[in-house]
Formats: sequence, C-alpha cells, structure tokens
Amino acid sequence: MTERPARTTGSDRPMIRLEHLTKAYPRQPHPAVQDLTLDVPEGEIVVLVGPSGCGKTTTMKMINRIIEPTSGRIVLDGEDVTGADPDQLRRRIGYVIQQIGLFPHRTIAENIGTVPRVLGWNRRRIAARVDELLETIGMDPAVYRDRYPKELSGGQRQRVGVARALSADPDVMLMDEPFGAIDPITRERLQNEFLRLQSEVRKTIVFVTHDIDEAIKMGDRIAILREGSEVVQYDTPERILTAPADEFVSDFIGAGASLKRLNLSRVRDIELSRRPTVGEDATAEEALGVLRASSHPAVLVLDRQGRPRRWLGEADLKRADGRPLTSLGMPPEAVVEPHATLSDALNELIAASYSIATVVDGAGVYQGVVDIDRISDAIRAMRGHGRRPADTAAVEDGVHGPAGSA
Amino acid sequence: MHPGGADILDFLDFVWQRREEVLQRSLEHVGLVAAAVALSAVLGVLLGLLTYRNATARTAVIAATGTFLTIPSFALFVLLLGIVGLGTAPVVIALTMYGLLPVVRNTVTGLLQVDPAIVESAQGMGLSRRQRLLQIELPIAWPVVLTGIRVSTVVLVGIAAIGAIVNGPGLGHFIFNGLARVATPVAVDLVLTGIVGVVIVAILFDAVFTLLGKLTTSEGLR
Repeated sequence: MTERPARTTGSDRPMIRLEHLTKAYPRQPHPAVQDLTLDVPEGEIVVLVGPSGCGKTTTMKMINRIIEPTSGRIVLDGEDVTGADPDQLRRRIGYVIQQIGLFPHRTIAENIGTVPRVLGWNRRRIAARVDELLETIGMDPAVYRDRYPKELSGGQRQRVGVARALSADPDVMLMDEPFGAIDPITRERLQNEFLRLQSEVRKTIVFVTHDIDEAIKMGDRIAILREGSEVVQYDTPERILTAPADEFVSDFIGAGASLKRLNLSRVRDIELSRRPTVGEDATAEEALGVLRASSHPAVLVLDRQGRPRRWLGEADLKRADGRPLTSLGMPPEAVVEPHATLSDALNELIAASYSIATVVDGAGVYQGVVDIDRISDAIRAMRGHGRRPADTAAVEDGVHGPAGSA
Repeated sequence: MHPGGADILDFLDFVWQRREEVLQRSLEHVGLVAAAVALSAVLGVLLGLLTYRNATARTAVIAATGTFLTIPSFALFVLLLGIVGLGTAPVVIALTMYGLLPVVRNTVTGLLQVDPAIVESAQGMGLSRRQRLLQIELPIAWPVVLTGIRVSTVVLVGIAAIGAIVNGPGLGHFIFNGLARVATPVAVDLVLTGIVGVVIVAILFDAVFTLLGKLTTSEGLR
C-alpha cells in the first residue's frame, strides 16, 4: 500500500480517506466501484458527480457501510473503520437521502432527536438541541416541534432531514441527491440556505449528485466519476470549468461554461451598484427631488431599519396625492443576500421590474443592487483571469488523479 | 301463530327469564374470544416479523395458516378433543389457529409497505436492526396489523359458538341446546338467543377495536 505524501497545509487534513476501495457484486462482469482512492479534506464539501450508474452512490454508501466494500479501507478521522460496528459508526455520520425518509409516525421533534435518543442523551438536552436546530433551519420550534411530517411542505421536510442529520453534531455528513426531489425554485433557496449553514458548521461533507450545475454550486471540490467510480478529475469547481482534464469532463460540463461560472462568484464578491434611496417618512416631493437628482428611473424607499420597502418611479410619485410612499410603486420582488451566486442574482433580475436585484444582508438591511452591467463586468473579469483563478494554487496540492495513475 | 310483535315480546321475555345465564354465557364468550385473539395476535405478529423479509418463508407461513382456516371447525374441535380433552382448552387452541391468517397476512403486508427510504434513513442514522423493526417499521405498519387482528376477531366471535360441541364456554350453548330441542316451543328462542348474543358481542369487539385504533395509532399516520 502506497503512502500519500504529507499535506503541506494543516487545514487540508483528510477527514475521510478511501483507500483502494472496491465493490463487486456477484454475477456482474464489472465492479460497481473499482480500486477507488480519494481523500476528503476536513470541513469541505466534496461532490461526487457523474452519469447514472457510475458508482457514485455506491461509493458514498460504503463510507457509512450501508454497502459493505469487497476490499479496500475506509479511514475516518485517522481511524480505520472498515471493520467497525456499523451502527456505532453511523451514529457519528449524518445521512441525508433524496427521499429524506422522515419517520411519519413521529413528530418533528422526535425525528430530529432520533440519534441523540439512541445515544442516551437526557430529555432536556435533546429538547434543547431540537429547538436549537429548528431555529437554525428557520422553523419556529413552538410551531413545528409537535407537528408530523405529513403536515410539512417538501422544502420544510428537506430542512428537517438536514436538521436530523446534524442532531448529534457529527463531523461528517453524507448527502445523496439531497435536493433532487424538490422543485427548482425551492431547491435554489435550500441550496443557498445549506451553504450558509455549512459556512457556520464546517462539516466534512460527501455530496452525491448527477447535476453538474449543482456540483459547481455546492462543491469546494468536485470528483468527476465515470463507470466503476473511476475519478476522471478531482479538482476545485474553478479548475474543472477552466481546465477540464479531458473530453469526458468537458462533455459532462456541457455547453455554457461561462454562464456556469456565474455560479462560482457570489454577490458579496462584486461591487454593488447604487440607487437613490429615501426614508419611508419622506414626502413624495422629497422623493421626486432625490430621483431627479440621480440618473436612475426609480428610487428605493427604506423603512426605519433600513430595509427596502418599495421601488418608486417618477410616474408613481407624481400620482402620490399625499398617500404614504409605502403604498405606492412596486415592492422589491428580486431580493438576494450577499451569499447568493451571480447566477441566482441574474435569474432574479431578469424577471424583476427595472431589471435589478435588490441586495440585503441577513437582517434584511439594504446593501445595494445588482444590475445587468455588474453581471457582464463579472463575466468579463472571469474571462480575463479564467485560466488562473486566484485560489487554485492553494488547493492544487490536495488534488489526486485517479487511483494508481500517480 | 302469534302476530310478529308478540313474537318479539315473547322472545324478550324468554331472555329476561334466563338473564343470569345469558349474561354468564356472554361473558364467557367475550373471555374466550379475547384470549384466542390475544394469542393469535402475539403469535401472528411474531410469525410475520420473522418471515416478512424472506419470500419463501412468508409464503409458507401464509399458506400454512391459510390451510388451518379450511379445516371445518366442527372437525377441528373434535380432533383436538382427543388430544387436550373437553372444555376450554380445545376451543382456545382451535380459535387461535383460525385467527392466525389475517394477523400474519396483514403483518407481512404492513411491514412490506413501509417506504424503503424510511428504513434506509433509520439504518443510516445507526438504529440497530431491532430498533428499526420495533421503533420504526412495526409502528408504521401498525394500522394494517391492527386491521388484521380486527378481522380475525370477527371470524372468531362466530366460530367460538361452535365450541360448545366440545363443552366449551360461551353463547354456543344456547344454539346447541336449541338444536337438541328441535320441534319444541323453546328451540327457536334458544337458537335466537345464541345468535343475537353473538352479534352483540361482535359489535362490542368492533367498538373496542375502533377505540384501540385511535389510542395506539400515531396521529402522524392518520
């Protein structure tokens, strides 16, 4: 067995190490997974992506031994767990599957508290943890704690599934197409919420999907797999998009790589555009003055907390007739937060009036706007630096080719 | 012949005269069926749990318990009489055998209907095989299992009446006494007492199961 060279940076410590992992089924000519070696660094989301039947789900399920490997080793946090008690092992690993699989006969609180209960936590500690997690996923504990899964929407069930996987605070999470069964609009929102959550909890995550766009959005690193779970390229999303290893990878990425790169930049990474603003107590005449002094077609009304309330055009203000500003114009419908990707912002602003996306922070306070000019600036900037993204040097030493090719 | 109204009054008078025996026999009937249903339920659920994951085993168990039901009750009571003697024992044993099929079949069906994704997520969270079965699969299958027990109860309330042939307890006594007095004035009243008693016991059991279903089924499954 060959030892991998030691890492140059401490934070790059592998949390999960798969060594020469093989899964062969009887009466099948080719193994589902053949001699796979892969390191998953601590605190990162590693996405396994590939066409259906490439062995990505089998690979993931060998990590928590839902599927037992035929040969090879699984090392978790420095400990060989290939022969460990599978139930004990699984209690240390969060698990989210596409169908979520909430227990229909148990309340939301009981569902989330499953692993803590099995681990023997006391009632008070479980209740406190459940409430904390419900808060984290933005569901009011007083409202949802005692509800049953059938009373929730698909998106809420998915959130509860994630909370349940996080309940005993595992270091590692396995997610098998976790957003696969959700409508595109909700999926977008859940992906963003999950990324924000991950930026706080910093779990080591193995994420399986067949959707390259999702892989680019979610992954710190992406392993592109083909039949037999062969790693074709294991790299950052930037490198995968700008320097695909071979034709298989470029075919898999498909057309529109520039547009896909909009998934890599976030609203917080670009300079926001400014728009004129007025307080909600201002008069229509004052607002009209502010608007005319600017070169923009609309002025944004902010409430006392600085949160956007209305977009008002000149015509709205002329017809104000003494009514409060907040009853005029259009509410800002395209609202994004700084962690949203430029792709999200573009999607939003295309449909919005005045063709702008309004940016607010976590508390809803107005930050600025994204307009089409900012998006094209960003695309131009990426083209300029595309071949050498600023942060690839730091991760290149964590990259392995397919097993055995080194 | 009396007019109809008078017939009913005569019958009620007949029952009232024998009210203590009627109550006594009814309570025996309830006790007998309750004991047999409890045994069929425990054994049937156990057999279901042990066999549902293996196609051959579950087919075999369902076929075997189905065969029990094809044995005429009269014959089975007499057959058991030779082994365990007269009285309650042969009746309870025979009724338990008759009660197995609906319980086993519904247990197997209920467990197989549990969404595999739910079982996999339980497995992925580190619940042991036993925890998955007792805390997840069986509670989710429970409404279907309970329906099986309920069906078996309805069947047993009727068959239990035949148990009087081997001197078993219950309302069957009225029916057999009536048979023995065919062509006498009391024959019809005796048989009717038995039949009406059986129907009332069946209705009471059904009411108990409705209540039991409400109390033991998770709100999330309704």
